[in-house]
Amino acid sequence: MSENNVVSRYTTAARINHWITAVSLILLALSGMALFHPSLYFLTNLFGGGQMTRAVHPWIGVVLFFSFLGLFFRFFTLNLWNRDDTVWMKNLGAVINDREEGLPELGKYNAGQKLVFWGQSILILLLFGSGLVLWDVYFEAFTSIDQKRLSAVVHALCAIGAILIWIVHVYAAIWVKGTLRAMTRGSVTRGWSWKHHRKWFRQEVGKP
Amino acid sequence: MATLQSLDIRRRSASNEAPPQIRQNAMEVAKLIDVSKCIGCKACQAACLEWNDLKQEIGYTDGTYNNPTDLTPASWTVMRFTEYEHGDDLEWLIRKDGCMHCDDPGCLKACPAPGAIVQYTNGIVDFVSENCIGCGYCVKGCPFNVPRISKVDRKAYKCTLCSDRVSVGQAPACAKACPTQAIYFGSKQDMIVHAEHRITDLKSRGFKNAGLYNPPGVGGTHVMYVLHHADKPSLYAGLPDDPKISPMVGLWKGILKPISLAAIAFAGVFGFLHYITKGPNEVSEADQRKGDELAGGKHS
Ligand code: HEM
Ligand code: SF4
Ligand code: SF4
Repeated sequence: MSENNVVSRYTTAARINHWITAVSLILLALSGMALFHPSLYFLTNLFGGGQMTRAVHPWIGVVLFFSFLGLFFRFFTLNLWNRDDTVWMKNLGAVINDREEGLPELGKYNAGQKLVFWGQSILILLLFGSGLVLWDVYFEAFTSIDQKRLSAVVHALCAIGAILIWIVHVYAAIWVKGTLRAMTRGSVTRGWSWKHHRKWFRQEVGKP
Repeated sequence: MATLQSLDIRRRSASNEAPPQIRQNAMEVAKLIDVSKCIGCKACQAACLEWNDLKQEIGYTDGTYNNPTDLTPASWTVMRFTEYEHGDDLEWLIRKDGCMHCDDPGCLKACPAPGAIVQYTNGIVDFVSENCIGCGYCVKGCPFNVPRISKVDRKAYKCTLCSDRVSVGQAPACAKACPTQAIYFGSKQDMIVHAEHRITDLKSRGFKNAGLYNPPGVGGTHVMYVLHHADKPSLYAGLPDDPKISPMVGLWKGILKPISLAAIAFAGVFGFLHYITKGPNEVSEADQRKGDELAGGKHS
């Protein structure tokens, strides 16, 4: 398939931004889970042992935070909720059974993608905030022990939330064939665009 | 007395393995601190530094007798002085602060590093520094605000109850050094009996609320106090009236762990089942054709 048979979906900069976010989120989930449950402590070996895991995790968190901030400002206008999204959500059953025919034509993102976007936005903000409170090396003196206890619970809960959303996000990309190339090559096929994001496709075609 | 080898470990942080059970005759030990006999001389502080080969950096004085002003990675015990005024009476309450060696230790519950905190069958809670990763979770778990993380090596430190001395039948260094014998050491049972004598004596001298501090909220402790005002422990430089492992820590280290792993496993399994039952969501030829038409009729 030659390049002019595809629709451009992401710039190179957006894809690099996405992959930095993706890698740091995975590393954070692995290093965090290592400390979360004794059965997963072996994951500290991936990071050079327990002390290294403890030391490195918050720094990856800083990378994630700023990298996600980049994604946020790139995409948030495209993720604003509209009436079609509500209709789409009401027909989620049809969507997961691959029967999208009767549903409204969609812009660049469907409601599921928007929920992933907003969910991660909120959770990463909370993770960053609670993570700083737990980051004793630099910030121990700024909060009370009770605030640290609360932060530990918030951090663990939000981490699980973010990991669950990540699973849904990655599974959707695997299940809906032709999606991954948006992030590996920046473009998608016309058939994919027609099927999944027709309104966006029409806009792209209409562009001069 | 127990030899504190691996046979004598009752609990180990972040470990799922069952501890050894073969030894049945473990004797629980306790240190009894008789606050009413303490004269605040700090011999115990000096003995602790000396026996454990620690050096407290010279700091500053805050105008009170508290010196150093708080527990530190090197000062595992400090005397806390309180001037308690009531009516026209002034009492000088002096409490030797340090790890209480809780029977249900919050530090151990919170610690994520396998074997960084152990509890021996005799009740001593010990930090095994080589396994410590310096996360500070023990600080959040402890209801008494005891562990301190060193800024130099990022390891957690606190009183060991001289586990090394106890393992060879010696009393802790502080108990040995105390000139007024305000610190006793022995089996927990003996210490409770001894405390009762002291409490009777104190009551006969007019301290009608004298009593033993062995808080049930943490399963009792292996460091206990005889207090003249046992009805108000917080008089003694904020000794918790009813210490318990924070419910926040209970949630974090309890129910949250299995629920979270179950949720993640469920999401994974659901995705897998969805894929193998529904199959992939593919673009049909019709979709491809319509897409090409929209884009200008070019077929691929
Ligand atoms: C956004 C910035 C983040 C910062 C600053 C941060 C910081 C921290 C800190 C300081 C700790 C305590 C252990 C340590 O010192 O390493 C921690 C634990 C943890 N983090 Fe993060 N983190 C961040 C993001 C994340 C993310 C995105 C995830 C998962 C997707 C995550 C998952 C965890 C988990 C599971 C733990 C263990 C919690 C527990 O033991 O209950 N963190 N984090
Ligand atoms: S600082 Fe060390 S002892 Fe304290 S919880 Fe972390 S690993 Fe355990
Ligand atoms: S007083 Fe704190 S550090 Fe000592 S055993 Fe109890 S919870 Fe652990």
